Parts: sequence; C-alpha cells; structure tokens
Amino acid sequence: MSLRSKVIQLYKHLIYLSREYPERPDNLRKHIHDTFMKNSKETDEKKIKALLAHGRYVAKEIEALYSLRKYRAMKKRYYDDK
Amino acid sequence: MARVLVGVKRVVDYAVKIRVKPDKTGVVTEGVKHSMNPFDEIAVEEAVKMKEKKLASEIVAVSIGPTQSQEVIRTALAMGVDRGIHVEVSGKDYDLLQPIHVSKILAKLALDEKADLVIVGKQAIDDDSNQTAQMTAANLDWPQGTFCSKVEKTGDGYTITREIDGGLETIKCKSPAVLSADLRLNTPRYATLPNIMKAKKKPIKKVAPKDLGVDTTPRIDIVSVEEPPVRQAGAVVPDVDTLVAKLKEGGHIK
Repeated sequence: MSLRSKVIQLYKHLIYLSREYPERPDNLRKHIHDTFMKNSKETDEKKIKALLAHGRYVAKEIEALYSLRKYRAMKKRYYDDK
Repeated sequence: MARVLVGVKRVVDYAVKIRVKPDKTGVVTEGVKHSMNPFDEIAVEEAVKMKEKKLASEIVAVSIGPTQSQEVIRTALAMGVDRGIHVEVSGKDYDLLQPIHVSKILAKLALDEKADLVIVGKQAIDDDSNQTAQMTAANLDWPQGTFCSKVEKTGDGYTITREIDGGLETIKCKSPAVLSADLRLNTPRYATLPNIMKAKKKPIKKVAPKDLGVDTTPRIDIVSVEEPPVRQAGAVVPDVDTLVAKLKEGGHIK
C-alpha cells in the first residue's frame, strides 16, 4: 500500500472514531482535519511515517478511552452499590 | 474444536438518557441510538479470543429482534464472528419477548447448529433480566457457568472463575456448556470501519421463531412503565438554629 493511501485510511479511521466522541464530536473531527491539513505539505518520507505512527497511537488512545468510558459506566451502574 | 454460539442483543446505547413514553407503555426507542449490549460485546470478544487460540472452529452470532437487529450482528461479524443468524421478532411480540422465549430459541439453535458452547452476556442493559444463560442451560440440560470473569479450557471441559458476592468462585464444567460473561472477563475490541465493510460479505441467515418451533406469543402484559422518582432539590439554611429546627421538624434529631 502506498504511503498516501495509508494516510487516507488513517484519516478515515480517525473520522469514524470521532463520531462516537462524547459531548462534542465536531470538535474532534475539526481537530483531526486541521492536523491532517497542517501536515499535508509534508514530503519527507521519514516524517510522514513518524506522523502516521503518531496518528495510529492517537487512534488507539481514543479506542481505549471509549472502552474505558463504557466499562466505567457499567461498573457504576451495576457494581458500585457497596 | 468447539463451535461457539454467541447471543447478541440490540439495546438502547448505554450513553443515551432513557426517556419513558408519555403513555407509560415503555421507553422511547424511535430515533434513539442503539448498539450492542455491552455484556454481549464481552461475550463476542471471548468467543473471538477462543478462535484466535484455536480453541473454537467457528463462531455464530445470534440476535433476536426486529430488522435493525442485523446491525448488531454486523458489529459482531466485524469483531471476528464468522456468520450470523437473525431471528426476526417484531412488533408487540418483541416488546413483550421474555428470556423464556429467547432461551428456547437459543437452545434450539444451539442444537441445530451443533454448537458445543453458548456464550451470552450476563444481562442486557435494557431489561436487566439476567436469566437467559441460566434458562438456556436448563433447556439444553447443559452445565452453566454464569458471571464468568475467566474461562480456561481444561481437558474436555472448562475451568471457570465466577464473580460471586464478595469474591470469586472457581468451578469446572464439562463441554458442551452455557456461559454468561461478566464485566471483567475481557476488554472487547473496537469494530473498525474496514472490518465493518468486510463483515458485509459474511452471511446472515434469517429465520422466524416459527421455523424453530418456538412460540413467541406474549405471556405478560406491561401495565405501566414509570420513571424513577426525581430527587428533591436541597435548600440552603441561613444558620445553625434553622438547621436544627428543620432537623427536629423532620424527626431526624430529638
């Protein structure tokens, strides 16, 4: 897969993730968009790869945030009665 | 290698504020975000983990409900389930569907699909029944491991750590068995967009409860659904004397 399509794939994934973002999904979407636009002129392959790695890390963090949020909601609802 | 059947229920999303219909017949579900029951996600994750460890050969996800229930089957397929079965029940039958019906359907499907293991969430976050796993096990006359926080394959059976009041209990049971997933069993993976797309190619079989020989005629009638009482607003008292007077008035102190 070319570097370009990897970037596009990551962008799509992040935008998809942002839909579920609590309270203000638009803020996150705008932030993702702005960040990608800011780095869109980047041509150094090494730097693009580093940015991709960072983007994937952010995606993992968001996923972890969602699962933790769900876990805590369930814990609060069903387990914290003591 | 076992064939695993997992039950997934479509429920109102956990983050949605639940509202009762003005006519008190139920809760508002139209135009409300729905998703897979969180405990069922844990059940699906456990089945997928078993497949990754080569303990399971095939995973089949079952959802019972209206057409939209296929969405949660898709989510399950995106998480790694091989195929889905959608048992279509809609309208009044679905509103009054009880674990007794669900367990009969699951038991019949478990036999039809020659499943060796049934995993379901311990309860759904909408009706909080916590009965389906137990009833399914009873219908099949299989051993049950409920509230699992750890499942290990040992020999031809399973060693299960269960969450019980004030601690954990470890039991052993033979295969085939029915398990229900508790919150701490695992962390469900996120169904990514490409996986959801790929999941569209996986097959979903549609069946009616009638084909399975299960009667879903309602056995209960909903009399009234009420919101929990709203907490009364507090009041600020100007000084200690008023506070003492108010407490005396309320009978909290003498």
